[in-house]
Amino acid sequence: MGMTMTQKILSAAADLDHVKAGQLIETNLNLVLGNDITSPVAIHEMKKITKKNVFHKDKIALVMDHFIPNKDIKSAEHCKCVREFSYKYEITNYFDVGDMGIEHALLPEKGLVVAGDVVIGADSHTCTYGALGAFSTGVGSTDMAAGMATGKAWFKVPFAIRFHLIGQPSIWVSGKDIILHIIGMIGVDGALYKSMEFVGEGVDSLSMDDRFTIANMAIEAGGKNGIFPVDDQAIAYMKKHSQRQFKIYEADPDAIYEKEYTIDLSKLKLTIAFPHLPENTKTIDEISEDIKIDQSVIGSCTNGRMNDLRVAAKILKGRKVKKDVRCIVIPATQAIYLQAMEEGLLKIFIEAGAVVSTPTCGPCLGGYMGILAAGERCISTTNRNFVGRMGHVNSEVYLSSPAVAAASAVAGKISSPEELNA
Amino acid sequence: MQAKGRVFKYGNNVDTDVIIPARYLNSSDPVELASHCMEDLDQNFVKKVQKGDIIVANKNFGCGSSREHAPIAIKASGVACVIAETFARIFYRNSINIGLPIIECPEAAREIEAEDEVKIDFDSGIIYDCTKGIQYKGQAFPEFMQKIIKAEGLINYINHQ
Ligand code: SF4
Repeated sequence: MGMTMTQKILSAAADLDHVKAGQLIETNLNLVLGNDITSPVAIHEMKKITKKNVFHKDKIALVMDHFIPNKDIKSAEHCKCVREFSYKYEITNYFDVGDMGIEHALLPEKGLVVAGDVVIGADSHTCTYGALGAFSTGVGSTDMAAGMATGKAWFKVPFAIRFHLIGQPSIWVSGKDIILHIIGMIGVDGALYKSMEFVGEGVDSLSMDDRFTIANMAIEAGGKNGIFPVDDQAIAYMKKHSQRQFKIYEADPDAIYEKEYTIDLSKLKLTIAFPHLPENTKTIDEISEDIKIDQSVIGSCTNGRMNDLRVAAKILKGRKVKKDVRCIVIPATQAIYLQAMEEGLLKIFIEAGAVVSTPTCGPCLGGYMGILAAGERCISTTNRNFVGRMGHVNSEVYLSSPAVAAASAVAGKISSPEELNA
Repeated sequence: MQAKGRVFKYGNNVDTDVIIPARYLNSSDPVELASHCMEDLDQNFVKKVQKGDIIVANKNFGCGSSREHAPIAIKASGVACVIAETFARIFYRNSINIGLPIIECPEAAREIEAEDEVKIDFDSGIIYDCTKGIQYKGQAFPEFMQKIIKAEGLINYINHQ
């Protein structure tokens, strides 16, 4: 019986010739990730482990991103705990203010994840690295602690759903619209425990940034991971960013998939997830009423990359954010921030009346700036629109692509870029 | 390994925010977390729960964030086991890793009612509703997971290895 791409990576990491869905295995890890919220808990757990050292000081990444520069005393204490741990164990990949970035944008950019890797992270969006052909998934703090100490983790080998992408997306339709469309179609538990494997000629037309966006939101469908085949674009990305050897795994022709979907990208439209679940999707032409917004957020581990900012800038160039809308742009990493500056994008944003923040998760989890008041509404390129996610329990978050978020900031209501010219 | 207790019954998509609201996450003390367990969904839970009781729920129990405080709060409340149609995957992992037994059994999860008395045998995966006299076959824990749960969690398990 053949194996899927995910199953092949896992079987190699477990030193087994063959694995099948449902099997429990223990694998070696290439990287263990934590952030400023989850790492302190894991560090606390690690103190209970008799073996007192980390398994490999180069294979742990600790990224301060949610609340930095520290927003209050508590977050300062958290970061201090992680900083001291990093110094004590000489953790190579510790990222603090100065070389910061949102973890899931930062790790691929720094070349810390490559194809064939097995990665766990104490953050649910760790699934992002599937874009590079790696197996990566979110775990809790105990897993992270055990991973840091032993370099191993247990997994149940997942069943798989295969998505055949065909056709080419039309102008303005992006990776975000594709993944929102899929979540709308299969629901927030549509891929529970399963791997989402994206294949087909449609993948060729997707930039790496689009693929990161799609893999990032696999968890929003309940998925264990989302994964893409490794093509020339992925190889070029890894060669540019990493010195590490990568390993390409391909699904066997007779691999078993629980379900298969074919998605014609040329038929997709701009898609928005309405409150309060990512599955509540509508295409832009299905929205008949005016949905007035108070805030527009362009950033996060889903959509804070270079292409996202370029699209937003294209729309905001020479236009103005509507007077009663706050538009917040957050480049996901320092390198993206710098590149955006060099390309003149930051100037475009500021002249349009948006604010540009240093890299952070910021408003995405309602923890730090850009918090919504009761009754306020935000269009956001982030990934979750649960009740109270960005602030008050009576506020609302609509999820969209950068193009829609930028156009809506100008129009003051949820809009497509095409409507702006009308 | 066995458990026997009274049932608290809940529906679909019980998320980590209602299991333990974010406003209490500044504590990692299990006893304190337990004192707020389920409070946004069921004010009576904390008052009524007794050691050995069982939570039964429908689909996607524990969805949402990766916070480990959720299974910790349930375990510290004295709950011996959670039975559901399905669990969200990070919650599933976290429960095993902190030593909270959980079983997927769609039939049992749908049919068992609040206040029923239920007996569970973890080695065989047999769930017995003593009140109704009906037996269900849930998934038995593989040996590896039984070892983690018996060691009271992954950390102790590693220490014993
Ligand atoms: S940007 Fe949002 S979803 Fe991504 S890691 Fe930060 S808080 Fe989590």
